[in-house]
Amino acid sequence: MLKVSDLEVSYGDFQVIWGVSLEVRPGEVVSLMGPNGCGKSTIFNTISGLLKPKAGTIELDGRRIDRLPSHEIVRLGLAHVLERRRVFPYLSVRQNLWLGGYNPQARVHREETLEQVFGQFPRLRERQDQLAHSLSGGEQQMLALGRGLMSRPRLLMIDEPFLGLAPAVAKEMMGVIAGINAAGVSVLFIEQNVQVALSMSNRGYILESGRLVLTGEPDELLNSSEVKRIFLGG
Amino acid sequence: MAPPRASAPAATPPPAALDGPDSALRAAQAEPLHPPLSGRQKTLGILGAAALVAYPFVFNTPFPQHVMIMIFLYGMMAQSWNIMAGYCGQISLGHAMFFGIGAYSSAFLFVTYQISPWLGMLVGIVIAMAAAAVIGLPTFRLRGHYFAIATLVIGEIVQIVVQRWEFIGAATGIWLPIIRENQLVNFQFNDSKIPYYFIALGFLIVACLAVRHMERSRLGFYFRAIREEPEAARSLGVNITLYKSLAFMLSAAFMAMAGTFYAQYVLVVDPEVVFPLTLSILVLLMAVMGGVGTLWGPLIGAAVLIPLSETTRILLGGTGGAVDLIIYGALIVVICLFKPEGLIGLVRQWLPAPPAEREADHGDS
Repeated sequence: MLKVSDLEVSYGDFQVIWGVSLEVRPGEVVSLMGPNGCGKSTIFNTISGLLKPKAGTIELDGRRIDRLPSHEIVRLGLAHVLERRRVFPYLSVRQNLWLGGYNPQARVHREETLEQVFGQFPRLRERQDQLAHSLSGGEQQMLALGRGLMSRPRLLMIDEPFLGLAPAVAKEMMGVIAGINAAGVSVLFIEQNVQVALSMSNRGYILESGRLVLTGEPDELLNSSEVKRIFLGG
Repeated sequence: MAPPRASAPAATPPPAALDGPDSALRAAQAEPLHPPLSGRQKTLGILGAAALVAYPFVFNTPFPQHVMIMIFLYGMMAQSWNIMAGYCGQISLGHAMFFGIGAYSSAFLFVTYQISPWLGMLVGIVIAMAAAAVIGLPTFRLRGHYFAIATLVIGEIVQIVVQRWEFIGAATGIWLPIIRENQLVNFQFNDSKIPYYFIALGFLIVACLAVRHMERSRLGFYFRAIREEPEAARSLGVNITLYKSLAFMLSAAFMAMAGTFYAQYVLVVDPEVVFPLTLSILVLLMAVMGGVGTLWGPLIGAAVLIPLSETTRILLGGTGGAVDLIIYGALIVVICLFKPEGLIGLVRQWLPAPPAEREADHGDS
């Protein structure tokens, strides 16, 4: 459903992504891993249209999206949950969610989607009138996910869903993501912890200094000596 | 822009089903921000309206009427700035240019073609909105301080251009002839300030109703989303350039309206008076002092600062004019230290809303 081919991205003259190709098939959970600063978030931002690629193509269901502005990409069924959640701090939980569902296609179903999101995140229902900044980190992450789901995506991209979460909360979040996927949404997510990421993915990509170095199924990657070299410097 | 509609008939809750938590939830969603007015608020509103109508007849000398007219005029301008900066988060330091565009458009059309200033005002609004759109196109790529600096510089450029533009009177500006007949059509009232009073009040009400409507609509949510987390807003599908432009245009339209009013009130427009940086700053100060991003804040700011400036001007003479600015400065420091949300914070303390409303009032802060 998502196909990225030979992507190159630069900030000004400084190129950070070199010929990256990756793919997400319908119904899959795919992880993108790599050390700090290797370009994972840049790839996400380029896919969702926040950045423009220097070269390469991005297709969603066979349609080129790499020249579209981000608000049109959202309409095509791709939601991007940004790193560090970025909830609107002085809007209530419900208002945050509403903002997620404002694109024309999603607006028609907004009430229904809101119910589904509240079903998935009961805590958000309890706290719907609270200001978003008063939520805990885990709740804010749930709000960010819920807000992304409000646009009724077919592909959800989550940038570091477990960042800064307590282990128990992170575990809960893993269940939530599995639930989202079970509901028919493909998921592409970024995570630094290879064990955690692969335990919940169908496939994974490993990025190093802006280049893809490895890709495969969890078993292959976990046993690869290359992975140990990249993450442990062995 | 129309408020968001429940797009499918099924989304509207049937009125009979208002029991049970789910239907209560749905009812709350239908009006996510503002509950209906309480009895107490209604009483206050009616008393306030009666006082505003009675005021010019009770205080029937020019000075108190003039002070109120200025409060209305500046309240409207502060409200206009508030749309752009308070709700949408784009700090403009060049708002006087739209005021000047409004003043010059109607004055020029009246003097040259005898077109009624009311029509001239519409032309001014259109020009101001077009100018806002054109200025926004390149400058909305700038963020925070850089956008503010750009608007400041553009405002100054506009003033300098007008000062040298012979076609519209250059530095002398435009003097409107005094005409004694057809006062309403000609937007000139020579015998009394009362018509000006009510026109300014009407303009202010229009501006406030527009903001109130915007605050509750999709547009208002987009604006606040852009203010708080522009990147996240983009990632959710908000076309932020479009909505920033709409905020800028809406804001410019009200500044232009105020400009025409001012031209008709003093019957002279010149670049020093209608395009000054101090006007841009003053409008900003009022909104900040009253409380940005709230409906009432700018009005409170104008209601405090205008009497202060008019009174010091009278007491200390026109040339000692900087005294009011010194007092403003001190007030701003005090406000920042003790009530960073603006004077509206004090008002909310004195007039606490009932608990249910406070709950629903979150989006205002």
